[in-house]
Amino acid sequence: MSSLSLVVRDSSTMVRRSLLHVRRYPSLTLNLLLTPVVLLLLFVYVFGEVMSAGIGDAGRSAYLAYLLPGLLLMTIGSTVVGTAVSVSTDMTEGIVARFRTMAIHRGSVLIGHVVGSVLRSVASVVLVGAVAVAVGFRSADATALEWLAAFGLVTLVALALTWIAVGMGMVSPNAEAASNNALPLIVLPLVSSAFVPLEAMPGWFRPIAEYQPFTPAIETLRGLLLGTEIGHNGPLAVTWCLGLAILGHLWSRYLFNRDPK
Amino acid sequence: MPSSIMSTSKGKGCPQPPAAVSAAGLRKSYGDKTVLDGIDLHVPAGSVFALLGPNGAGKTTTVRILSTLIGADDGRALVAGHDIATSPQAARAAIGVTGQFSAVDGLITGEENMLLMADLHHLSRREGRRVTAELLERFGLADAAGKPASTYSGGMKRRLDIAMTLVGDPRVIFLDEPTTGLDPRARHNMWGVVRELVTGGTTVLLTTQYLEEADELADRVAVLAGGRIAAEGTPDELKRLVSGGHVRLRFTDPAAYRSAALALRGAARDDDSLVLRIPSDGSQRELRSILDRLDSAGIEADELTVRTPDLDDVFFALTGGTDQPSEEISR
Repeated sequence: MSSLSLVVRDSSTMVRRSLLHVRRYPSLTLNLLLTPVVLLLLFVYVFGEVMSAGIGDAGRSAYLAYLLPGLLLMTIGSTVVGTAVSVSTDMTEGIVARFRTMAIHRGSVLIGHVVGSVLRSVASVVLVGAVAVAVGFRSADATALEWLAAFGLVTLVALALTWIAVGMGMVSPNAEAASNNALPLIVLPLVSSAFVPLEAMPGWFRPIAEYQPFTPAIETLRGLLLGTEIGHNGPLAVTWCLGLAILGHLWSRYLFNRDPK
Repeated sequence: MPSSIMSTSKGKGCPQPPAAVSAAGLRKSYGDKTVLDGIDLHVPAGSVFALLGPNGAGKTTTVRILSTLIGADDGRALVAGHDIATSPQAARAAIGVTGQFSAVDGLITGEENMLLMADLHHLSRREGRRVTAELLERFGLADAAGKPASTYSGGMKRRLDIAMTLVGDPRVIFLDEPTTGLDPRARHNMWGVVRELVTGGTTVLLTTQYLEEADELADRVAVLAGGRIAAEGTPDELKRLVSGGHVRLRFTDPAAYRSAALALRGAARDDDSLVLRIPSDGSQRELRSILDRLDSAGIEADELTVRTPDLDDVFFALTGGTDQPSEEISR
């Protein structure tokens, strides 16, 4: 078997394994969806009227539209926490030691986790999006191309956050530690332009929200779905994602190739 | 304390059977703690080889190195003819490993675990299903095949573990303490599995803390202590190493005891309990000669016992009698 077909075959076996875990334990993934869905409902029905003041007093449905892109990316952050946990669990159990002594493509173990995680993330985003549509979200003016770009951006963000989460899972000695270490992936969107525009934040805080990866990604997604100004945020978001993905990949690969303890 | 029968790769003259596993000068240390201090091994193809030693002797480290899980600091090893340092993938294709801790995916069912192995061995779907069904049946797991592996008992997990190891038809199998934590029945089942494997031509390298197990299963045994091989040979050769075999005569009459001690020169005396110990291999011929000498002197012992050395004697003689932590032995 040529090395490329070995990579494809072993990796798809590992992806199937990852998806099998979701099928056997859907609660694992669904629990992680709870946070973004609850936040969505909370911010629309409880805080919606008040929060809309921050975006020019446009009302509840306008705030829902403003809020959704940030929540969708937060959904990814939340899903990949599950990835960190499952990578960490995997590494501490004997099964990965078994994989290491088999004549399989070595990288397939990580590729399985990564592809599985990206698929889970995208599916989660679609689910949260569906909830948003159910409570009244409409994107009137997005073209098919913009939808496609939005989908691509979501996938890219998922890939970037997944690789970081895989590394976090690998340095964590157990599932609890992995869950804690991956917490920034949920907290970062909270301090971005997801809930209120940067202009509504105090001056000293604004740079923190502005110069972090979630804000340009959220602004780009918002622009694609709602037709707001994207500007430099598009390339910035892509650069952030590629940078994080490459960094996370190199980090994870280094960790995986070390001799196990 | 290297023994006189250290006949590994250095032996000249007699032709050696092809080795399934051979190692020379394996070394491994973590920080300044030396775990392996130069290990030489020669495991003939189609045999069972036991690495016997107390906790911390380096058994698991040896298996982890030979199964390509971790690298050695120094030394060279061939597994199924492949250098594990330069062509690990080729070695991996020939081996099966069952580690000390269960290497099953607890989230999926026993059957799914087996099919996962079949996929990773690139078997066709049909072949994979066939092998899976066959092995699950053979290891008495057919009824539990649809249950998540995390719900299995310790013995079932171990059986699933071995069944998964066998999926690719490995030529060399490493079993790290395959019966630790199993109840006596499960242990005997495991022994049966190992014997069956060897009849099929597979080479098995196992580690164990149990002398009985090494004696029962292994064609050759290496006693590992403090990161070195203290002795290596067949169980019988090892037993001959220690002077544990003797005939024990006990007397109640001090006069009979004294005349027996005169008749049997070379016997170890225990004057307090009126016991004589005569070194012996326990053979019929030696026993008869002892009895003849007693008869001709007209002495009758009150009790006669024959004690042959077992691996226990070897083990305790070689490893210093206690579960010595390796730090004390290594530099």
